[in-house]
Amino acid sequence: MSIPSQFTQQQLGQESAGETTMTTTTRNELLETPTAPTRESGRSTDPVISVQNLWKVFGAKAADVPSSPELRALSRRDLKERTGCVAAVCDLSFDVAPGEVFVVMGLSGSGKSTLVRCLTRLIEPTAGQVLFKGDDILQANERSLREVRRHSIAMVFQHFGLLPHRRVADNVSYGLEIRGAGKKERAQRAADVIDLVGLSGYENSFPDQLSGGMQQRVGLARALAGDPEVLLFDEPFSALDPLIRRDMQNEVIRLHHEVGKTMVFITHDLSEALKLGDRILIMRDGRLVQVGTGADLVGAPADDYVRDFVREVPRSHVLTLRWIMRPVQPDDVLDGPELGPEVVVRDAVRVVLEAERPIKVVEGGQLLGVVGDAEILSVVAGS
Amino acid sequence: MTTIAAVRTGVRPHRGAIITGILLLWLVGFTVLRGRDTLSLGAADVTSLHTQLNELNDAVGANRNSNPLFLYFFNEIRLVIEQLTNFVSALVSQPAFGRPVPLIGWLGVVALLGYGSWALGNLKVGLLAVAGFTFMGLQGLWQESMDTFALTLSAVLVSLLVGIPLGIWAGVSDRVNRVVTPVLDFMQTMPTFVYLAPLTLVFLIGPASAVIATLIYAAPPVIRIAAHGIRQTPKETLEAAQSLGTTRFQLLRQVMLPMAKRTIVIGINQTIMAALSMVTIAALIDAPGLGRVVLRSLQSLDVGAAFNAGLSIVVMAIVFDRVTTAASVRVERSRRSTSRFPASVRKVALLVGGAGAVVCLYLSYTFVWAAEFPTDLDLGAPINRFVTGVTDWTQVHLSAVTSDFKELVTNHVLNPFQTLLTDSPWWLLFAVLVALAAVAGSMRTALVTALCLALIVGTGLWFDAMSTLAATLLATVAVMVLGLVFGVWMGRSPKVDRVIRPVLDAAQTMPSFVYLVPFVALFAASRFTGIAAGVVYAAPVAIKIIADGIAAVSPTTMEAATSAGSSTWQLITKVQLPMSLRTIALAMNQGLIYVLSMVVVGGLVGGGALGYDVVAGFRQNALFGKGLAAGLAIVLLGIMLDRLTQSVARRAQATTDHVRH
Repeated sequence: MSIPSQFTQQQLGQESAGETTMTTTTRNELLETPTAPTRESGRSTDPVISVQNLWKVFGAKAADVPSSPELRALSRRDLKERTGCVAAVCDLSFDVAPGEVFVVMGLSGSGKSTLVRCLTRLIEPTAGQVLFKGDDILQANERSLREVRRHSIAMVFQHFGLLPHRRVADNVSYGLEIRGAGKKERAQRAADVIDLVGLSGYENSFPDQLSGGMQQRVGLARALAGDPEVLLFDEPFSALDPLIRRDMQNEVIRLHHEVGKTMVFITHDLSEALKLGDRILIMRDGRLVQVGTGADLVGAPADDYVRDFVREVPRSHVLTLRWIMRPVQPDDVLDGPELGPEVVVRDAVRVVLEAERPIKVVEGGQLLGVVGDAEILSVVAGS
Repeated sequence: MTTIAAVRTGVRPHRGAIITGILLLWLVGFTVLRGRDTLSLGAADVTSLHTQLNELNDAVGANRNSNPLFLYFFNEIRLVIEQLTNFVSALVSQPAFGRPVPLIGWLGVVALLGYGSWALGNLKVGLLAVAGFTFMGLQGLWQESMDTFALTLSAVLVSLLVGIPLGIWAGVSDRVNRVVTPVLDFMQTMPTFVYLAPLTLVFLIGPASAVIATLIYAAPPVIRIAAHGIRQTPKETLEAAQSLGTTRFQLLRQVMLPMAKRTIVIGINQTIMAALSMVTIAALIDAPGLGRVVLRSLQSLDVGAAFNAGLSIVVMAIVFDRVTTAASVRVERSRRSTSRFPASVRKVALLVGGAGAVVCLYLSYTFVWAAEFPTDLDLGAPINRFVTGVTDWTQVHLSAVTSDFKELVTNHVLNPFQTLLTDSPWWLLFAVLVALAAVAGSMRTALVTALCLALIVGTGLWFDAMSTLAATLLATVAVMVLGLVFGVWMGRSPKVDRVIRPVLDAAQTMPSFVYLVPFVALFAASRFTGIAAGVVYAAPVAIKIIADGIAAVSPTTMEAATSAGSSTWQLITKVQLPMSLRTIALAMNQGLIYVLSMVVVGGLVGGGALGYDVVAGFRQNALFGKGLAAGLAIVLLGIMLDRLTQSVARRAQATTDHVRH
């Protein structure tokens, strides 16, 4: 989703790197501006990344698995027993829209890290398509693949993957160096990006002199330095302690507003997924279980697995008015306040409870439904 | 831990009973059949195989310049190595280009080494290098030291030239690694001295052969360590670089090599130390230098002179070790210097120093006083006199203690055990060893053992081989006792470890030859001396391995056992030792290999048996074949013992795994 620029600027003015405290609340309030595009309109544009029937199978004769209708249908365990192969990613398809934060979530062993590596062929997929702006990355030769990696898609790693023998600035500009940028350009760009991630003053430090959170800022800066269209994150904050993790999540949100990159974000942490993701794909044993917004997952879990997953999530924090509004009844008095359908329940509680009448859910001047005390309370109190 | 005990009581008695049974049968057989079919062979006697090998030697000698294999392959290699060696010798040790002295005289060598050590390492090791090499000259051994230095330098150059690229290749490519690793394993399990004889067969005796032998011995460490360094690059760092679009060459040059640099320098250190060690030993095949002095003095039992030369070798080893270690630290630290100021000061100082070194170089090229080491000040003679004095005093005053100890061990342990092995009928011992291998190891081990033993019988040196086996096993028992006592002590206390480990490290940098000198002084030339030198040579390795194994026992397990109320002794015997079984087996394996590689050196000081046969083979043409066969027998013993201990180690691993699951 993209954010109107005046808000971005405003946001920037209020917050400095270290102490960003933007939460889902503020983001969703931002969504309420009339100019904010809806998710539906985001989806209708051409996807940046489109993954079609992607397979990654490890083992001898791995290539036979996706092409055999019989083997395709087997569960991971049965496949392992039958062929000795392990299917890390099975027949996965999804699209990522421009500017979207797309989160892939799953427990360890679900294949999510393999999936993200398949996108730029750090791991060679077994079958399927990965279309980047319409071109299949899997068909690219070594040279054009390298061009994609150098200019278009950058990645941030769980354990940072920094070069211990280079200073922060040289780590950040490494991607520019290998694509042949001049020294001056590199230094300038590195300084800009280091400033962007809030690492000014540490240019000449070595990675092992920095804390984990700061090292990951270096990793982030390195990925941003090449000005890629897409950023891939492989559980970037899992190795950090909880407070730093929260800081870094806010940092990503801030950067997303600021630079508006498309992001594919891998995590095993549901709250992180809900906090960052415009849409979330849930993976289990290499297969897609459900894909949708946080509210979709909480409001309409596809199966018991997802239901179990989202059980602990406070519904009022995730569900929007669209999910709880009821159709207008003939005896409703329609002179209450108006709210948009994407307002999160938690943020609407006060307005609804204080109003004498049910509030109207309005989108583009059209009345979608109403929300009264009963609807709000059923979400807030029960679950 | 109770589970381990349970498994032990469940499995071991069975196996133990069988082994005891076999040993009892052997004893009975020995008492009844003692002295029959022992296959003994007199010192000067040869078998038809030995004669054939002699003839082969003659045939090779006669056809050296006509056989195409020699003409276009071996001779070419020898030629290239010879030219390199001659060139390096001409620089520092041998008169050349019509000059009565080498191109660079002592002053130039000392100045260059000092400067180089300073530039690559630090000022301290620079001064150490100057002091060390000056000391060699002051001992009156400048010429010999330079011969050794020139050979070492040549061998190291070739080793690195071959080893570093190969190591990097093996680091990058799994396929190459799979091919290289077993070859290196074999090269490293082979006792070091046995390939000298076959090498002389192909490359003649002399400096070129010495360099080639050294190459074989010294290249493996740098190959292995360089490959390891490259492989050690964290996977995620590689992925990160790849995700930014590096080419494979960029990945190697900008990521893998810089990160492996320090490790590779450590590999170079290992290679230099190994080269120095081997160059000294190559005195056996007529390589010039300090080794030859040690060898000659040992033979004439001139402990003082041997000590002079040995001391020079040790000093050279220390200088090489410290300089390369300092260089590896500099590699690590140079990138760290965040402030610019000291770096620039150092740069200026290095420039000035470099100019000084060049001046010294010029002086030593031009003037005789700077070319030939002055003889006015002689430190060698007083040291020699002092050592001889100490030795004499020891022999007079301590001989009661030392010779009593020696007699005790020789008469009550060594002799009976050796007799048991040598005087049993060969077929009985053959059967016993194969049966033991089958029970302690596996059927496969038994097969290898049978094959090795059959080949030993074929060499015609069964008697000598069993005599060597007895000495080797005894020495290994001693090594393991030392290893367990010190290893457990060090493993349990980091403080003790900090004190003892440097001593062990120093002992390991010493060329094996040097170990003999003090033992000859203490115990004179005898079988016991050879064994003692072997024990001291092998003990540091075993101690270090065991200490690491004990220290690696999980602290959580130790805590659990302590909180259950275990005493210290119970902790050691019920937790730490059982959990380090595999490491201990590995220490035994390494101990055996090290002891065995000292057999030949032991042969120089009355160690007898196979070691003596090998040494005699170098000396007398008529015994060449026998020496070659003896070398082969040592290799066969080595392979047999290596496989046997490895399969025991695997079994130990299997036992612990079984317990864990």
